[in-house]
Amino acid sequence: MDYQFDFSFLTSHWRDLLDGAWLTLRMSLATIVFGFVLGVTLAVVRTQGAPLPRRLVTWYVDVIRNTPLVIQAFWLFFGLAAIQVRVPAMAAAVIALTINVSAYTTEIVRAGIETIPKGQVEAAECLALTRWQMLSVVVLPQAVERMYPALISQFVLMMLATSIMSQISAEELTAIGYRIQSETFRGFEIYIVIAVVYLVMSWLLRLTMAGVGAVAFTRRRRLGTSI
Amino acid sequence: MFGISIDQLLFIVKGAGWTLVLSAMGFVGGALIGLPLALARSRGGRALKAITGLYVQLVQGIPLPVIMFVAYFGISISGFDLPALVAAGLAMTAYAGAYLGEIWKGCIQAVPRTQWEAAECIALKPLQRVLYVILPQAARIAVAPTVGFLVQIIKNSSYAVVIGFFDLTYSARVVNNSTFRPFAVFTVAALIYFAICYPLSSLSYRLERRLARR
Amino acid sequence: MNQIVRFDKVVKSFGAAQVLRGVSFTVERGQVAALIGRSGSGKTTALRCINGLETVQGGELHVCGREMHASGVDLHALRKEVGIVFQSYNLFPHMTVLQNVTLGPRKVKGMARDQAETLGMQMLRKVGLEERAGYYPEQMSGGQQQRAAIARSLAMEPKLMLFDEVTSALDPELTGEVLRVIESLAADGMTMVLVTHEMEFARSVADQIVFMHQGVVWETGGGDLLDQPATPELRQFVGNGL
Repeated sequence: MDYQFDFSFLTSHWRDLLDGAWLTLRMSLATIVFGFVLGVTLAVVRTQGAPLPRRLVTWYVDVIRNTPLVIQAFWLFFGLAAIQVRVPAMAAAVIALTINVSAYTTEIVRAGIETIPKGQVEAAECLALTRWQMLSVVVLPQAVERMYPALISQFVLMMLATSIMSQISAEELTAIGYRIQSETFRGFEIYIVIAVVYLVMSWLLRLTMAGVGAVAFTRRRRLGTSI
Repeated sequence: MFGISIDQLLFIVKGAGWTLVLSAMGFVGGALIGLPLALARSRGGRALKAITGLYVQLVQGIPLPVIMFVAYFGISISGFDLPALVAAGLAMTAYAGAYLGEIWKGCIQAVPRTQWEAAECIALKPLQRVLYVILPQAARIAVAPTVGFLVQIIKNSSYAVVIGFFDLTYSARVVNNSTFRPFAVFTVAALIYFAICYPLSSLSYRLERRLARR
Repeated sequence: MNQIVRFDKVVKSFGAAQVLRGVSFTVERGQVAALIGRSGSGKTTALRCINGLETVQGGELHVCGREMHASGVDLHALRKEVGIVFQSYNLFPHMTVLQNVTLGPRKVKGMARDQAETLGMQMLRKVGLEERAGYYPEQMSGGQQQRAAIARSLAMEPKLMLFDEVTSALDPELTGEVLRVIESLAADGMTMVLVTHEMEFARSVADQIVFMHQGVVWETGGGDLLDQPATPELRQFVGNGL
């Protein structure tokens, strides 16, 4: 194999790569915030709601988790375009990613809620706490803390999934890579570099989320134990 | 029907066929890598664990589309002119191998320590212990999560669309480009994926419940 | 209103099993009533009916002037007046002891934080835990956790306290500290209903002992009931040292 590796594109295109990485990060952070809120809300509906809303959430989760993100993104993006609704690619991407990650988040948080011993719920009831207070002060904080590692993994996976949004014209990192590749024909080197950038970003995301967890979960911080 | 002709529907179904082929390739290839990987990561020495750990970290930290691109361009610079299926198959194998390895490592570690001791105490050699005592038990634990991961493989095979591999997603995209009926086309594609994945997901869930009950 | 709790032929079933078959007894203000009996006699179910954890299906149950047998009972309001302590403490593990204790006053009664904390420390002092205010439940012994649970219910300043076998899950050497707290509450005039296996304790602290058997009140009397059982069932129960 007499292929000459050529990484010179780095000197000319490094700024584009950074722009792409930055967009990826912004897309991910927006999705984490919206996806988490939506996921927790649906988990509450799923465990506490009336039969009909509960079933609707179950269907929603089943549909989203048994179809690929790509198809969901295409359905949304091309569908909106076909009915003449102008949505910027970044917004469409965040919407598709949020819907997708919320289905997985719901299941994770729901599992967490179901591990809270019934005795605590009874005790909270007997202190005359309202349903809403019980959820927000006793149940959800513990459920989220218990399932936090699973949530971190889910959100990192989601950040990696932003890569496919290149297919709906979002200018994130993978899309930038494709553009540079079509100009310089150095596909292999380019995607090796991009792979490294994703590695660094996922490591950073994990670290950041672990840090947020260490601050938010006071008990764990002070005692060093998990619930 | 809904602006899609029968020919176009068949076209999409043909793509679905290739999705199944790619998924099977990924699963089989992944299993061939995953089993030795699981054994190495649960019982191997420090160096072995470090190397295999690196492999897993790489796969778990790089998006699958990017792995597909690396495989695709890697093959072409090696001088081979191979169809996209090969690149996609290699990428899926690398991807599935890492994840199956981790899942199966967990299942092996879930077999209680005491089983290893008992096997040792009836004078079985290491390979025999693994083969006759540990793996059968680990396999029972592994069925549910493995079926669950198979669903992931089938869904994630859709990422092969980035290297132009003719799978269900790609064929749907092509039909959409000619009919401009995205809701209909992609709903059909979603239904096909759902029809394949949902029964497997339910099976995995039921298997998990049955295991928990015992 | 002098009768804080009044059971009048209360009936309750779980599915096909009838657990309460016409329970009748009364607890006056400032009284301590001890419910004793074998497992399955219905004593825990009867206790749980008092604060609405179980519903009454027949007969009448009046608690703090409310009709528990009627539909539409405001449980939320009731639970501000009736406190309960469980066998398994059920403290909230992600909060410190003080946070556990001040949760009710702050969230339910809308108290300001420092006001609630003052009240909380007062309650903790009463149960002998003021030095553990900043500890988490898992850092404390069973006896300490149970006393914290008592403080948590007391912080709501209830009219009636219920105790559901609160020493049964504790090692023998730890039951003393909990029983002493309950004793001091009784001395302060709190109206209490206890389900307990501690016969000596029931004898010394209860104004009224209610012996339940097969879902009804079999015998009731004062503290000396256990010395002079009238029925063979109670005689056997006491004789077995249960």
